[in-house]
Amino acid sequence: MQRLKEVDVVVIGVGMVGSIVAKELAAAGYKVVGLERGQARFTVPEFQSPAIHDELRFDIRKALMQDNTREPVTFRNQGSQVALPVRRWESFLPGTGLGGSMVHWNGQTYRFQATDFQLATRTRERYGKKFLDPEVTIQDWGVTYDELEPHYDRFEYLLGTSGKAGNIKGQIQAGGDPHESPRSREYPTPPQKEHFQGAMFRTAANSLGYHPFPQPSSNLSQPYTNPEGIKLNACVFCGFCERYACEHYAKSVPQTVILPVLLANPNFELRTGCQVQRINLDSTKKHATGVTYIDAVGRELEQPASLVITSTFAINNIRMLLLSGIGAPYDPATGRGVVGRNYAYQTMSTVASFFDENVIINPFMASGASGTLVNDFAGDNFDHSGLGFIGGAFIGAVNTNGRPIEYHPVPPGTPAWGKGWKQAVIKHYNHTVMFSCHGSSVSQRQNYCDLDPTYRDAWGQPVLRITFDFPPNDIKMAAHVTAKAVEIGKAMGAKQVAGSPRKGPYTVTQYQTTHNTGGTVMGDDPKTSVVNRYLQSWDVPNVFVIGASNYPQNASWNPTGTLGALTYWAIDALKNKYLKNPGRLVPA
Amino acid sequence: MDKVTRRSFVTTVGAATVVPATALLSPIAHAAATPAKTPNTTEPPKTTYLFFNAAEVLFIEAACERLIPADESGPGALGAGVPNYLDKQLGGAWGAGERLYRSGPWLPGTPSQGYQLPFTPAELFHASLRVINRDLDAHGTPFHEMSAEAQDAFLKSLESGGHDLDGVPSAVFFAMLLQMSVEGFFSDPVYGGNRNMVAWRMIGFPGAYADYFEAIDRHNVKFEREPMSLAEDGHGHIHVQQDIPANL
Repeated sequence: MQRLKEVDVVVIGVGMVGSIVAKELAAAGYKVVGLERGQARFTVPEFQSPAIHDELRFDIRKALMQDNTREPVTFRNQGSQVALPVRRWESFLPGTGLGGSMVHWNGQTYRFQATDFQLATRTRERYGKKFLDPEVTIQDWGVTYDELEPHYDRFEYLLGTSGKAGNIKGQIQAGGDPHESPRSREYPTPPQKEHFQGAMFRTAANSLGYHPFPQPSSNLSQPYTNPEGIKLNACVFCGFCERYACEHYAKSVPQTVILPVLLANPNFELRTGCQVQRINLDSTKKHATGVTYIDAVGRELEQPASLVITSTFAINNIRMLLLSGIGAPYDPATGRGVVGRNYAYQTMSTVASFFDENVIINPFMASGASGTLVNDFAGDNFDHSGLGFIGGAFIGAVNTNGRPIEYHPVPPGTPAWGKGWKQAVIKHYNHTVMFSCHGSSVSQRQNYCDLDPTYRDAWGQPVLRITFDFPPNDIKMAAHVTAKAVEIGKAMGAKQVAGSPRKGPYTVTQYQTTHNTGGTVMGDDPKTSVVNRYLQSWDVPNVFVIGASNYPQNASWNPTGTLGALTYWAIDALKNKYLKNPGRLVPA
Repeated sequence: MDKVTRRSFVTTVGAATVVPATALLSPIAHAAATPAKTPNTTEPPKTTYLFFNAAEVLFIEAACERLIPADESGPGALGAGVPNYLDKQLGGAWGAGERLYRSGPWLPGTPSQGYQLPFTPAELFHASLRVINRDLDAHGTPFHEMSAEAQDAFLKSLESGGHDLDGVPSAVFFAMLLQMSVEGFFSDPVYGGNRNMVAWRMIGFPGAYADYFEAIDRHNVKFEREPMSLAEDGHGHIHVQQDIPANL
């Protein structure tokens, strides 16, 4: 194995987190190598039309996703079952290649609320110690909203997020979300134009006394120059966003907000086609010496580094630590161990409202984050006393597209094929409003990830095994919130409203969301967390783990905004604390 | 083959429809240049089957047309070229197992664990169709010669999973046939189905159109434009901006 020249920092995965971390550390003078398993790709030429507007290739065949034929995961609902490979991606879609999963995101850019970061404490205080199912393992994050606020702000200004503030320094703002935790200033750009579904939803939600607001979108409402000096365009609502890359320079992704600056810095070197096998440890197992990877032509290389940052997709961060022997693997039988613990997801429900043919929706006119929603039933924004669950969901008319292979809503009871199906598709395609109920996900003792004992990836390493089913808490939450959403659909005047609250068992055969969280969670206690509040490994202090894998449980909103905030929070600790005096930032 | 294709089509359309078959079979060629309102009276391009054998073609053409039949709203799967789409997909990378993790061991698993058979889509279709055609030849009427009602009943029996098709549960075969038929109906015409964007016209999907900035907040207004295929470059230019670096 060839040993390469040592560098200061090696970053595993050059997606959103990796690009931002590498940019900051390279700008601070450190020699940084970024190892990306996929290929390089840019707005021009890779993301251009007409080819990018191909539903079959990108939606159905999952062209931008992690190559599951070489690197699958296995899955089972219960520990008593045999986990089997997810032979086709359906339920969630991790990306690959330069820019990572963010290239195919929708741009829905939320903050979590102050209560989310202290969920265990808050739940005890508000509902009592015995309120929760004892199987639920939610915990505080070890960081507060107030600490993260400047970093949320920085991330939103990097992206140019289009939205309307609801709370600026404690002052409620008309038109925004009154439930949000205070932000220091307005969004960088105003909200996107409201589509018809959003306008119908807004009127209905207002009539019920709720508080509708425009979805914060990183598909921009107007041209924007970010603090890195990079220019973005306004989104044109083409309807090819999620699962696609943006041809227009209008979606905030690493290619459009930071990579041009990073790649111009001689302190940074990008290497693509590099599959990191493990983080190497010295004989004490308390210090990382770098990483070993297989390059694009199959050579095994060792890259020594003083600091290793793993910034891959959530489930891959978990696997990287397990393959490297960093942190004790979680054992659900004893509750001991931490790596793989508190794997959670997102509890998604839908409501379809069917209208007469004089209501013309044009579902294909949308951005990935256009639309209008309410947070009245999200998080802890309503009293859960007597309800038997915690958490909630935002309810929104936030449909992202009308691409017909996937999107052809029909009322319940419609035949699955034949003339009845065809006529229903034609009748309802342009006259239906879809709501999303985007729900929280509690962590639970039996939901976890570890290494699969049987199945291997193309490099001969064990794949990740996911053991997950929806906690009863979240099934109850989904039923409660979906019923509220159905009422909004009725208030819109729909002829028929069909709610589909999420039910178990969790299945990998149906797309729900790519919001996998947990497994390398952050916290104040090494017995229940993998990294400390600065995302530094408790066990190997020169390894930092940054990803949605840090979330102790998942909240009611899309996770990317919070991950951006955590990224800048960790960078602040790296630059101003760790790199000045390498060592533990929190005593173990 | 042409004759049989036409025959099975007419069988399934039957006398119930008032739409002349020629109008349902509009061609893919010159989609951009041909306004939708101009009736097409020419025959559709002949499908050259590269994957399905002759017996398989008889079943697939007839079955797809029952899944998505021609009716007063317009062509069905056959008129849209769905069997051609299936043929090209199954004969290509998708049929060979593109995006399918194919290593064992193989266990049946639970429904929530999804597809766990060792068959590629190509193998699954060949295996299933061999058994279906063999059994129908031996015990009854070939599928393409059945009445529409009998065809539907047979497809429902496949859908409900009642047959073991040489290791393939018939429900799995049916689900794949239906999923791929919907794909072929609604995917871009460059893939060989959705001829002349007929399926998009039926529902009002504009296709690979790229810009609704001015239209999106004109609410409740029908978007009256010809759909656009990937085969047409709707922009005719690449989005290069002088002050946005294309790449580095």
